[in-house]
Amino acid sequence: MSRLVGAIGRWLGLRFELEDSVGAVLTHPVPAALEGPVGWWYVFGSATLAMFVVQVVTGVGLAMTYVPAPNSAYESLQFISGQATLGGVLRGIHFFGAGAMVVLVLVHMTQVFLFGSYKFPREANWMSGSLLLLATLAMAFTGQLLRWDQDAFWSIVVAAEQAARAPIIGGFLATLVVAGQNVGGATLTRFYATHVFLIPAAIFGLLGLHLYLVIKRGISEPPVPGERVDTRTYLARYKELLRRGIPFYPDAAVRDAVVSFVAVLAVVALAVVAGAPMLGKPPDPTIIVADPRPDWYFIGYFALLAIIPKGLESLVIIGLPALAFGFLFLLPLIRPRGERHPSRRPMALAAVGLGVLVYGALTVAGFSASWVPVSTEGASLPAAVLGGLGPHETAGAQLFVQKDCFACHQIAGAGGRRGPELGDIAARLSHDQIVTTILNGKGQAMPSFAGAFTPEELADLVAFLETRRGP
Amino acid sequence: MDRRRFLSRVTIGLSGAIAALVGVPIVGYLIAPLFEREQDTYVAVGDTAKFQPGTTTLVQFDDPSPLAWAGQTAKTALWVRSISETSFQVFNVNCTHLGCPVDWRSQAKLFLCPCHGGVYYEDGTVAGGPPPRPLFERAWRVEAGKLMVKTQRLPTPGGGAP
Repeated sequence: MSRLVGAIGRWLGLRFELEDSVGAVLTHPVPAALEGPVGWWYVFGSATLAMFVVQVVTGVGLAMTYVPAPNSAYESLQFISGQATLGGVLRGIHFFGAGAMVVLVLVHMTQVFLFGSYKFPREANWMSGSLLLLATLAMAFTGQLLRWDQDAFWSIVVAAEQAARAPIIGGFLATLVVAGQNVGGATLTRFYATHVFLIPAAIFGLLGLHLYLVIKRGISEPPVPGERVDTRTYLARYKELLRRGIPFYPDAAVRDAVVSFVAVLAVVALAVVAGAPMLGKPPDPTIIVADPRPDWYFIGYFALLAIIPKGLESLVIIGLPALAFGFLFLLPLIRPRGERHPSRRPMALAAVGLGVLVYGALTVAGFSASWVPVSTEGASLPAAVLGGLGPHETAGAQLFVQKDCFACHQIAGAGGRRGPELGDIAARLSHDQIVTTILNGKGQAMPSFAGAFTPEELADLVAFLETRRGP
Repeated sequence: MDRRRFLSRVTIGLSGAIAALVGVPIVGYLIAPLFEREQDTYVAVGDTAKFQPGTTTLVQFDDPSPLAWAGQTAKTALWVRSISETSFQVFNVNCTHLGCPVDWRSQAKLFLCPCHGGVYYEDGTVAGGPPPRPLFERAWRVEAGKLMVKTQRLPTPGGGAP
């Protein structure tokens, strides 16, 4: 058997001259240091590539059934998730694969950044890579929209509103995003074509360039403290290094295979265990009770939008991403030389730490979304609060929920967290201060409720609040 | 100009011409929505008698000329505030912060946004949160006892239409 395979291999190898094409690429020399434990840092690019292939394959599968028409997309996804044989698993792989790809691209990029591998002569590798990051995020976003449920519908509106903040061309961009006057018949097909043709075409092109450069420029050697990149001597030194190098395949490639396998296994396992993500409500613009949220890796950005200081929205929404990407893209041109080892680049370490910390904090904030009023439908205050109240105070406690005070204020652990906790309000404010705050509002967040209460209702509510003297 | 230089120019010129021949129609096709004229029609959203003065209600209407496959996205929802029998305010449901749909809380007399916590009073002015301006209003008129509202593109902070 193995002799037959060998014979076929030799036949093909000779006829297609694989020796100097595929063979040369596979066995191109990489620094010998990669054989040590440090080699495990070099696996994330390949793992990202593996995940991309998973996305292409599952995406093609989904496209066989998905109907990219606004009146059928939702139903076709329900069919894929619920009825099609292995459809739920396929959608699950595509969904978890998307998250994995975003994570892997970022991890890969962070490793390259910390190792200073973006420096001379690999500037173009980094720049094509940062474009690939952009393309990956664009794929993640457009993919969520194809889910075509309520979240997707409102995400498109939010995207258009953000595009509209761009100076001068904002209005045009918004019109192009929704492909018309409103999100409607023309919108979904455009996002579909963008997700399955346009961006993938760009990714294939950029990926080709990226891999070509990886082979041509060579994999960077592990950084050594004190060994600075000097543009005059680096190339000769690296060439010398490769003389004692090891072949990429199989010496280094085996680690890529191990990590890629673990990543794909995790994605498939999640898809089998957890299944495809649930669809939200149908994309009906007249269902007003909505709670649109992006997928988990964009939740931090969603949170950022809530905490932008008033008046700076357009600057942050358009300016911040543009600035961040511009900096990322141009980084190797700004710092092509010098130390590579992270121990000699405290600013680089700090930047990564700060970035992870800030986005992590934003993500936590986004999941709790304490700025959003909670629903008061069917809500009530805990029995411990209601016990021992007089008739007016009881009426006031009911008004507290009915009139949506509850939506933003907590008492005894129940209610929204947008405004201050009111369990001890009577200890902090006088009767008159409570009345004034309700009637006139306070600061940026507390509206005036003057029009929402009759004098009797207000008296009841205040009577209830005055029983709240803290623990 | 020698022969080779001439041939090279012809090659590059013809290649450019090929790109232009195909590029002009495809780019024009893609940016066509920019040249779409804004629909300037009024559609009925209900009898004026249906709106009790002092209330705010959700109304919906269908796009007067939807694409056949638009499905439920051809629908539009609006909030109608009835001030008196003849006086109304018609609001887009979109929060002016980033476009999420605001919900009318009739007891609190506030519009609440579920995305980033924008709050508006019943007349559409900002009561709290990030919105930079009051809710977008639509032109309306009364015809034969029916409340008619203007169809319109998605309103954006720049003021709506480019």
